Amino acid sequence: MSLAAKDRRLGWGLIAPALIWTAAFFILPFLAMVALSFATMDGREVVRGFDPGNYVRIFSDPTMLGALWNSLEITVVVTVISVLLAYPLAAIIAFRVPARWQRLALLMAVLPFWTSYVVRSYSWLLVLGQNGVVNKALLGLGVIAEPLEIASTRAATVIGFVHFFVMLLTLTIYANLIQLSPNYARAAQDLGASRWQTFTHVILPLTLPGVVTGAFLTFVLCIGDYITPQILGGNTELTLPQLIMLQLGRSGNFPLASALSVVLMAVVTLAYFASSRWLRLDRV
Amino acid sequence: MTAGVSIERVSQRYGTATALDAVSLEIEAGEFVVLLGPSGCGKTTLLNIIGGFAEPTEGRVLIGGRDMAGVAPKDRPTTTVFQDYALFPHMSLRENVSFGLRMRGISRADRAAKADAMLALVGLEGRGDRRPHELSGGQRQRVALARALAVEPEVLLLDEPLGALDLKLRRQMQEELKAIQRRVGTTFVHVTHDQEEAMAIADRIVVMNAGRVEDFGPPREVYLRPKTLFTAGFMGEVNRVPVVGGHAPFGPVAVPDGTLCIRPEAISAKGSLHIGLCRVTEAAFFGTHVRAHVTPLAAPDLALLVHLPQSAAVEVGTLLDLGAEAFVVLTE
Amino acid sequence: MRVLSYTYLALAYVFVFLPVVVLVVFSFQDGRLPIPPFKGVTLDWYAKVLGDDDLMAALLNSLMVAVVSSLVALVLGFLAAHALARVRLPGSVLMRGVLIAPMAVSYLIIALGLLTVFNSLGIRPSLWATGIGHVVINLPLCFAISYAAMGDHQKAAERAARDLGAAEWQVLALVSAPMLAAPLAAAFFLSVTFSWDEFIIAFLLTRFDVTLPVEIWSMLKSGLSPATNAVGSLVFLVSVTLVILLEIFVFRRAK
Repeated sequence: MSLAAKDRRLGWGLIAPALIWTAAFFILPFLAMVALSFATMDGREVVRGFDPGNYVRIFSDPTMLGALWNSLEITVVVTVISVLLAYPLAAIIAFRVPARWQRLALLMAVLPFWTSYVVRSYSWLLVLGQNGVVNKALLGLGVIAEPLEIASTRAATVIGFVHFFVMLLTLTIYANLIQLSPNYARAAQDLGASRWQTFTHVILPLTLPGVVTGAFLTFVLCIGDYITPQILGGNTELTLPQLIMLQLGRSGNFPLASALSVVLMAVVTLAYFASSRWLRLDRV
Repeated sequence: MTAGVSIERVSQRYGTATALDAVSLEIEAGEFVVLLGPSGCGKTTLLNIIGGFAEPTEGRVLIGGRDMAGVAPKDRPTTTVFQDYALFPHMSLRENVSFGLRMRGISRADRAAKADAMLALVGLEGRGDRRPHELSGGQRQRVALARALAVEPEVLLLDEPLGALDLKLRRQMQEELKAIQRRVGTTFVHVTHDQEEAMAIADRIVVMNAGRVEDFGPPREVYLRPKTLFTAGFMGEVNRVPVVGGHAPFGPVAVPDGTLCIRPEAISAKGSLHIGLCRVTEAAFFGTHVRAHVTPLAAPDLALLVHLPQSAAVEVGTLLDLGAEAFVVLTE
Repeated sequence: MRVLSYTYLALAYVFVFLPVVVLVVFSFQDGRLPIPPFKGVTLDWYAKVLGDDDLMAALLNSLMVAVVSSLVALVLGFLAAHALARVRLPGSVLMRGVLIAPMAVSYLIIALGLLTVFNSLGIRPSLWATGIGHVVINLPLCFAISYAAMGDHQKAAERAARDLGAAEWQVLALVSAPMLAAPLAAAFFLSVTFSWDEFIIAFLLTRFDVTLPVEIWSMLKSGLSPATNAVGSLVFLVSVTLVILLEIFVFRRAK
């Protein structure tokens, strides 16, 4: 056997375990779920078949369309706010904070990232609840007369999400900013660009792939999350993941849950193609 | 241990591009051979084929008479000194140098002793506990050499090993390399694009161009009696004068038709091949010689490059009676 | 500009730390509810939490699942990255895409897919099932980090090792892995924290033995309690200690 053939055989041997794992526990389950989404329910029994009824129901039932719409709105709002808050934070840490304090400043800015995800949402409940810290403080200061209704609203969900994703995005954007040679900015200013022009014409385009990659991850994680809206948003309005979990729990309607998941997946795929020009998923 | 290398009609093609075109070479055991050529000439490809890092599309390579087809680099009697040294950053110098011995199952004590001896050979005595990042470029080069020699290969392959060093250090390392090769007696196959380096170290030089061997011989031979115009030009500066019907532009010459190649330092007042009176059009003092451009009065369109002795007092406009002492006529 | 910058930084820190500070402060609440007013300091809730067998069992389960699934993900990801970086294989771009793909898919979908397959195969929910799911989500991360870390420098050293007679497993064990020690450690610890913190897969794929996030989730159902604060504070303490150790011993050295 030739050397190249031996090398290839070795290569296949090394990559096979990872590929088989991904095929067996990711691709196959996904296909099984797609197949199941075309099944129907007879009482509590799943009847296999090819019936697009679940999809028809999703796109005609106002509750389901509403959940899809809620998820999209919340996700887009969260992604935009998070990027807008995280970029200046990352930039201040990268360019304003003296070099020897940067690692510490960054570490501090993202420390709560490492708390339990479930507990973090719960903590916001303590902060934003009717008898929570914010209301007690504002009442005590006399700013408001009646406690604000923040918990169990969309605002609470958005705040909880933004808190998490600002930290995630600060990390990824900082990593991008710090890689830029300071000579880019020097060259631009040397050639007569103002600070603002330097930012819009040089720094921003150079960091765009990193920002888009972070924003895409934010989108994916946010639209698929069950915990934050469940804990902070209450049950006044549903998001897609909450609806999926309801189908699984209450009625055991796996086919409908699968169809809803396929729709969720389709939304994420659309987001992927919308941003794929700038995406660098293999360099997160 | 040392062995010769036979390269038999080796070709290497990538799609439609040809990197090597039916190259054949006989390298003697214990010889210091330099593969010389411009970048893209196929010299590194050939080295990779000898080392087993690439397989030829056609032809075969024999080392010590054994066919190397299908033999992996680790099973070949060759080791390589890589261009970027490729030292293992997480190992001490001693561990680096003894790595190959470790792979051959040699006991820890034996390989440490051998590694220390090899480090001494390359002038890094007592530094076995250092790490590669503590060394200068030249020292890393020596460690890479010691590591490759420690397993006592029959053939040592060197891929532009001095390329990253500054000029002064490079000259010094050339001398050391040559001395070490004489001491260990291993066949060295060395790749470079620097013709001065090639002449400084080689027993024989293989001049390569566009995937072919242009010339193969001792430095003196290749420099003074090049077989092709490419070799003549690549080995150093050369004046090319067309000869047609026994006539050069400056007059009749007693040589066959073709291209008359004369090195600048071979032109002087006492040269046997008469050029005649020339006018200096440009002259500059270079320390070891005076470099001048001259035009024969008989051939106003011809410009010749001449190296005159340090002592020559010339300036623009000076008339000199010149001739060529050594020359070669190439017909191709 | 400077004042504005530092004001922004300070406000960001307040926002980021507000819930954590509230969480920790009210874990010491000498009262039934973790909300103002603060009634005094007690360690009772910590005693209660540390004496809770279910919680401690869940904590051990989480730790086990996290360490084992991260090790599997790291080994699979590292070997695959090594293969793709070293050998020119047909379809390598596609394979890279397939290995990275789970990163762009919601955990809920991965969980539901696995649940579907396990249900139809009659495999019951368990910590093993959860571990399998956690390998799926961490494999892309381990693969991407390993692959990105394999530069020309790395490849040259591997080539030199092979030239000196190393078999492929020796190249991997003696050269590739030690040279990549820092990124591999980072990938492992990131995987551990992701697995440790993962909720939805564990929620859908476990039943009797559960992981910590699932156990905390069931505590939440009984309403606000300083006990939950105490658990949260403990988890925070452990994670932060881990991150700081990682920062000091891995990332410092990596530079």
